[in-house]
Parts: sequence; structure tokens; C-alpha cells
Amino acid sequence: MIQLSIREMAAMLRAKQISVAELSSLFFDRARAFNQQTNALTKVCCDISADQLIQAETMLAQEGHVLAGIPLAHKDLFCTQGLRTTCGSNMLKAFIPPYDATVVSNLKSQGMITVAKANMDEFAMGSSNEHSAFGAVNNPWDLTRVPGGSSGGSAAAVAARMVPVATATDTGGSIRQPAALCGITGIKPSYGRVSRHGMVAFASSLDQGGVMAASADDCALVLSAMCGHDALDSTSHVDAQWSWQLPESNSMKGKKVGVVTDWIDGLKDEAIKQSTLEAIQTLKDQGAEVIDIQLPHAHLAVAAYYVIAPAECSSNLSRFDGVRYGHRSEDCRDLEQLYVNSRTEGFGEEVKRRIMVGTWALSSGYYDAYYLKAQKVRRLISQDFAAAFKQVDVIAAPVSPEVAFKHGEKSEGVSMYQADVFTIPASLAGLPCLSMPVKPAHGLPVGLQLMGNYFDEQSILSMAHQFQQVTAWHQAMPEAFL
Amino acid sequence: MNQQNKSVLKAGWEMVLGLEIHVRLDTESKLFSGAKASYGAEANAQVSFLDAALPGTLPVFNEKALAYAIRFGLSVDAAIAPVTAFARKNYFYPDLPKGYQISQMDKPIVGKGQIEIETEAGKKTVEITRAHLEEDAGKSIHDKYDQFTAIDLNRAGTPLIEVVSEPQMSSAKEAVAYMKAIYTRVTHLGICDGNLQEGSFRCDANVSVRKMGDETLGTRAEIKNLNSFRFIEKAINHEAKRQVKLIESGGQVVQETRLYDADKDQTRSMRSKENANDYRYFPDPDLLPIVVTQEMIEAQRALLPEFPEAKMARYTQAWQIKTDDAEIIAFDQALSAYFEQAQGLTQAKADLNAKFLLGEYAALLNAMESKISQSPISAADYAGLLDELAKGSISRKIAKQVVENMWQSGDTAAVIIDSQGLAQISDASALAALVDEVIASNPSQVESYRAGNDKMFNFFVGQIMKQTKGQANPVQTKDLLEEKLK
Repeated sequence: MIQLSIREMAAMLRAKQISVAELSSLFFDRARAFNQQTNALTKVCCDISADQLIQAETMLAQEGHVLAGIPLAHKDLFCTQGLRTTCGSNMLKAFIPPYDATVVSNLKSQGMITVAKANMDEFAMGSSNEHSAFGAVNNPWDLTRVPGGSSGGSAAAVAARMVPVATATDTGGSIRQPAALCGITGIKPSYGRVSRHGMVAFASSLDQGGVMAASADDCALVLSAMCGHDALDSTSHVDAQWSWQLPESNSMKGKKVGVVTDWIDGLKDEAIKQSTLEAIQTLKDQGAEVIDIQLPHAHLAVAAYYVIAPAECSSNLSRFDGVRYGHRSEDCRDLEQLYVNSRTEGFGEEVKRRIMVGTWALSSGYYDAYYLKAQKVRRLISQDFAAAFKQVDVIAAPVSPEVAFKHGEKSEGVSMYQADVFTIPASLAGLPCLSMPVKPAHGLPVGLQLMGNYFDEQSILSMAHQFQQVTAWHQAMPEAFL
Repeated sequence: MNQQNKSVLKAGWEMVLGLEIHVRLDTESKLFSGAKASYGAEANAQVSFLDAALPGTLPVFNEKALAYAIRFGLSVDAAIAPVTAFARKNYFYPDLPKGYQISQMDKPIVGKGQIEIETEAGKKTVEITRAHLEEDAGKSIHDKYDQFTAIDLNRAGTPLIEVVSEPQMSSAKEAVAYMKAIYTRVTHLGICDGNLQEGSFRCDANVSVRKMGDETLGTRAEIKNLNSFRFIEKAINHEAKRQVKLIESGGQVVQETRLYDADKDQTRSMRSKENANDYRYFPDPDLLPIVVTQEMIEAQRALLPEFPEAKMARYTQAWQIKTDDAEIIAFDQALSAYFEQAQGLTQAKADLNAKFLLGEYAALLNAMESKISQSPISAADYAGLLDELAKGSISRKIAKQVVENMWQSGDTAAVIIDSQGLAQISDASALAALVDEVIASNPSQVESYRAGNDKMFNFFVGQIMKQTKGQANPVQTKDLLEEKLK
């Protein structure tokens, strides 16, 4: 049951071979049982709520609602009405939103059942999910290793099939890298495809909601329901509505796949390099034409990103001041202390580091040298991609230069930031991109990244789906969780 | 340098003033949320999730505010930006829920403009540097609870335009004239309710002083939150004098923000530049730049009213109205509308209309403790009354009675004059007979007049008015008497 695709589960629900309540409780039980090992979830709901059950049953009674009754977890930065939303932070450890994020309400209206909230790096800052006030998340493939981040909870929960699907967010790689490290499929859509309303902001110009599941088809079905224009998000695209079309065959004939040769040549891990090359060979075998491309400014992406994202974060996180909601220090005799102590106690080290970096980068006298220059680099990178997509339909690349590393293995800061070297360029350009499992290395999952042109989710998801029709990497599960 | 200035500052000194005026736009909802923007509701009753900066909320721009800002820009001959963008101004304060204010930095909606003001030395043009849209903060209430500060977020997010002038004013009187000129614009444009007490129109004044003839500007101090025309004048004069005294005693003016205490008539330091905030402005990534189309601009241009200065010129030149009267009427929107509407319907000269409106009619409004906008007399009925006056069928004195009667009864002037027999006697033969009779029955007075006692003339006028109960046409009466007493 737990290895079924969304379409298969939907067919069983429709055929009344299983009820919505039964399917949900199967996953409620798994979520509860495996959370001790993985710590993937910050909250497991006790029960399916009456209104969600009614909605699911109503949708099931009608034709064509494939998501009705399918359980899911939301990354714990999507606001869920009446359900604690922590962002993995002590700052919001008691925050219960009075409203649903647009993503949450969109999926609710399709009859999906919220089973849990997923752990994450605090305020989505991190690549290892070790920066959570609720403890580190463990990779189901090897509990001594990290699941990646920041959507490490979502990735681990799906990898262990504690839920069949989870929402996630990606600012610089926070969906793709944990998807790769946990051996699942995850897509970050184009910027503007999915509403950010109700998604607690880290870096507004980069944040994008997406989805993680076993397969590209599962991801695509959920993404079709999540996306769409939202009047409550001014950066949501007016034509954001999109609907997944299953490719007619497994042939990629006529499709051009760009490969940045430098990136693959530069991989230090031979096993990852081999997995990547083999996966690209499979695309070739399916009829795709592989073309070498250049992204001349992509090597500047990490530096630009770690100016822009912290700058925006320093401003976005100013609202957590202990005045209206969130953690308020008991130790404050005046306003200054209220601010300083509440924020010192409420935020973790990585968040504080980024707030300080961002504050500095925006400071008078530094703005032009850092923020403005970073924005110029960002434009150059977008132009690189625009030029590349004149030649190719999809760009294939590694996701992470390494497999899941051990907890505590990496020192904080810059060495961790290099983990995002292949994921950040597409984020800066606002392009759709996904990670799908390919041949493991060192017994651990490896992902291949597919990047598409702006608003062309269809091409990358089609290619991933076609790949998954002839490979079985995405069906592999860690044995301990079977 | 005008007289006024010399009397304020010691000889040899001059002040340089620039103003930042905050105009609250009279929109239904706030600048980025759907919450109501009106004043005076119960504390925190008009606060959306966004206004309270709940995590995950995002700003959605209010198009009406943009339209109002464009309309203002056009009214001061300013360039309207083809692309305008919002920026965040970051600072911590309890009544600023997001920890930043959404404002505009390098792409303000309104660029360079200008406005003409009246000074004692004549007309003067003050240049406007820019005007930008921004959201207001909430209110901190320090005097409600002993130990705590209360926060009211009703005002948080209400739309403002900040109008920044060049430092081109050289006296507090000029600053007030400039402020009034902007005030007239925004209230006539229908974009601001103009309520000073409620803070709909308030200003920060940048004040510096320098020795006469100096080219460079002195260090300035900013006086915050002045919301009365009287206080701004006093505050500026006080601050300029403080600076001169400071410099003359060997001190230096520091760049700082000061508050004016109206009760004590003094300014005090709020914060100096050293501990001023670095606002870390950057483009707001939650809001995309807005493209301002020519259509949007033309739509606002079509809504521009005629401003009082132009109206006044028209009244005095085309209609020959006295300057003082023209000014009073032109600067009062309701009054000028009523005046012009009546003028379009009457045969009477505009001058008579103006005189009666500001004379007898104004006295009536005063007595009734009412305003022209609340008058029960329609402009058409008032035009009818003016016609009766112009025809000579009633005198100004009778017209005063008639207008009072119109107010009470709702009848037209013609009906009242007819039913109460108030029409002036303008029938020449009837008047002539009466004049003959008065002359015949007062021989000694006639003799006295003819002997050179001119004052006696009024005796005859009085006799005739008495016998006609004031209805004799005074001009005809005078002519007839002069002729027959020769």
C-alpha cells in the first residue's frame, strides 16, 4: 500500500477498496511510529478532521479528483489554521496561525488530508536540517546522516513513506538537495507559479513552494493543484494556473538536453559523477539529444545568493520582535531589552548569522558594493540561462556534490553553503527545476537535477516521468521503513 | 530677505527651510491591505492579518492610492514616473509591526514639480523635489496605562504621500504659505480630507540658519510632526532663533530630530544623527515595480479641478469682482460652487452676486450657524432672488428679509415678494405723484433746502421711504427729488 503511487491510491479509494479514514490512519500510524527514528515531523495530527473528511468524500463522489483522500504533510512554514506553525524555531514554538496558506487551502479544497507538519531548518535556512529548534532530522537511509535541508523533514517523511507526499519550499536548493539526499523526487516550480501567501518568508524574491513525493507523476499531480494566480500575493503570476499532461510515450526524441560539462567534470566524488553520467546516458538512450552548454556566470551564484537571501531575510525576520506574537523574553526591563533578548533567545545560530550578514550587506555604504552588485550578478545568470534555453529544452545537472553526510560532520557557515553550488543558479533565475533519484553512490541516494525554461514545468516533469518509466530508482525505499 | 524675517532673526542672519509634508490619502482601504483606513474607530478594530504583520502575509497594492498620488503630481506640474517601485525602510518600533515601513526610495511616483505661493514680497515659486507613497505606522499610546505602552494599529498601513520641498523658503511665513498652498491642492483634488486634528495633514520642517550672503547651507535640524499652521510658524521661528543663539555663543548646530512642545513653545532633541537609524533601504521584493501608463495619467488629468488661484483670476478679470471678495469665494470650494451655479442662472452681475453672498447671505448663514453646503436655498432659487434684485423690484434691504424668509419657508423669492407685497415702487408716475405731495406738504423744509441746506435732502428721501414702507426705488426717488426740488 505504502509504495503505491497517488493514482493507484486514488483508484483504490474510488473503488472503495479502502476508505479515506483507513488510508489516513495507515499514514497517521506510520508517521507516529517512525518519527522517533527520523524526527521528520514537528507535529502529527491525532485524527482526520471532520471537515477534511467531508471534503474528501465529496470530492471522491465526483469524477476527476485524483487527490481526494490522499494524505500529506506540510512543511512547517506553511500557515495552517488552528495548527501550530513553528518554522522550526523557538521563536514560533507556540504560534497558531488564524489562517491557511493559499497552498494549504488549495490542497484542502482538492480533498487532501493533512497528516502532519514537517520539520525543517529554522526559517528554511540550512542544508542539513540540523538547524531546527525541534532537533535534527535523520536520513531514513542512514539515521546517522543528515537528510539535507531546509526541507529535510518533508524529504525524510516521504523517503520513509510516513506520508506519500509533502509540501516543501526551495529558496536556494531546499527542495532539490534533500530530495536528492533522501532518494525521492522534488520539484521547485518557477517563481510566481505557486502563491507565497501564508508561506513564512525567508527570502521573498527566491522563496517558492513546491512538492516532494516518490515520483515525478505524484509531484506533478499535486503541483497542478497547488499552483495558480493568487490575488493575495503580488508576485504570483497572472497565468500561474497549470495542469500536468502525462507524456504519451517514453521517447524523448526531439528533446535537447543541455549539460554543463564543467559541473560534471568538477565533481570530486567519482561515484556521483558516474551516477550522473549514467543517468544522462539513459536520457540519450530514450532519444534525447545531449548538448554541451555554458553558464559562464554560474560560478558567482553562491556568492550573490548569500548576499541577496540574507539581506531579504534580515528584513523579513524583523517582525519577530516579541511584541505581538512569537517568543517574548521574560527578561526585559525596557524596549531595547525586549527586542534584544526576545530575538537572542528566539532565533538559532544560523538564523542570527544570516540576519547579521544581511543587515550588514544592506547597511549604508555597503549597499552598492554588495546588494546591488549581487543583483547585477543575478541578472547575468538569468541571461546565461536565457541564452542556454535558446539551444536546449532542459538542462541536466548534478544536485549535490556529495551524498548525505554525517550529522555534525560539516562545520557551519561557508563550507555548508557550498552544498548549494548546483542548485542556486536556477533559484536566482526563478526557473523550474527538480531532483529525481538516479543510481545510488556509496549505498546512498543520488539525484539528477533537471532545470527548465521559465514556466516550462511540463518539460522537466515529462522528462523525469519518462526516465522513471524505464528506471526504478524512485521506487527504492530504505529497508528499515518498508 | 523680507521684513518679516528681519524682525524674527537678528540682523545678518537668514533661515533656510524645507518641508516634508505627509498627506493622508482619503481611500476606503489601506495601502496594502483590505482593512478600512478611516479614522476614529475603536483601537485595533481596523487591523487585518497583514497590518499586524502575521507571518506569511503579503502586501497587495491599493490602486486608488496610486491614482491619487498621480493626481497630486499633475496638480503641481510634476513629472510622473513611468515605472515606480516600493522600498523597505527598516527600523524597529513597537507600532511598526513588520519591522519595516513600505515606502519609496529611488523610484518615487512623483518627480520634480513646483507650486506658486504668495509672500509679502509677492509671488514666489517653490520647487517640489519629489512626492512618494508610503504607509503610515500605528500609534503608541504612552499615557493610557501606568507601566505599559498601548499600541493601536488602526493607522498602521494607511496610505500617505510624502511631499518633499527644496530648501527654498526663507521665513516661517513662507513655510506656512507653502504648506497652505499644498493643503489647498490636496483638499481641492479630493484626495485628502484635510483634517489637521486627526493628522491627515502634517509636516516635518528642516530648519537651518546661515549668515546673510553665505552660499552653503548650515547644518539642519528637523522638527517632527507639526500639524497646525500656527504651530509650524512658532516652531520654526523658535528653532531658527535657537540655532542663531547657539552659533553666536560659539556652539554648533548638530544634525538631529527635534520635537516641538507647543505648551512651552520650545523644541527639544529627539535623536541625533549619531544614534539615528540606518534604514537599510532596499527594493521591496514582495511588490513588483508598477508601470504607470499614459492612460492612467490622462485619467487623473481629466479629474483635475480648477484651483482657487485660477478661479480667482477668472473672477476678477472676466467677472470684475473685487479681489478680496474673489479670494474668499475662490478658496472655499462649496461657496464657489454655489456662487458659480447661481451665476449661471441669473441675469444679475457677478459683482452683485458676490457682494450679496458675502454680505447678507453670509450673515444669515452665520446667524443660523450653518454652512453654504447645508443651505436649504438651492442655487437656482438664490439666482431667482438675484434676478429680483437686478431688476430693481426689491432693494438690498428687502432682499435681506426675502432671503431669510426663503430659508424658513422654502418659497421662491418671487412668491415671497408677491405674497407680501414687497415689490419696490418703480412706477415713475406713482413715485412722481408722491414726490409732489411730499414737497407740497413740507414747504419750510423745501425752503431750507433751496437756501443751501443740502442735508435736508435726506429728509425728503426719508419721508418717501416712510410712506412707501421702504419700497420706493431709491435711485428713482433720488432722481425725482433732485429734479423737482431744483
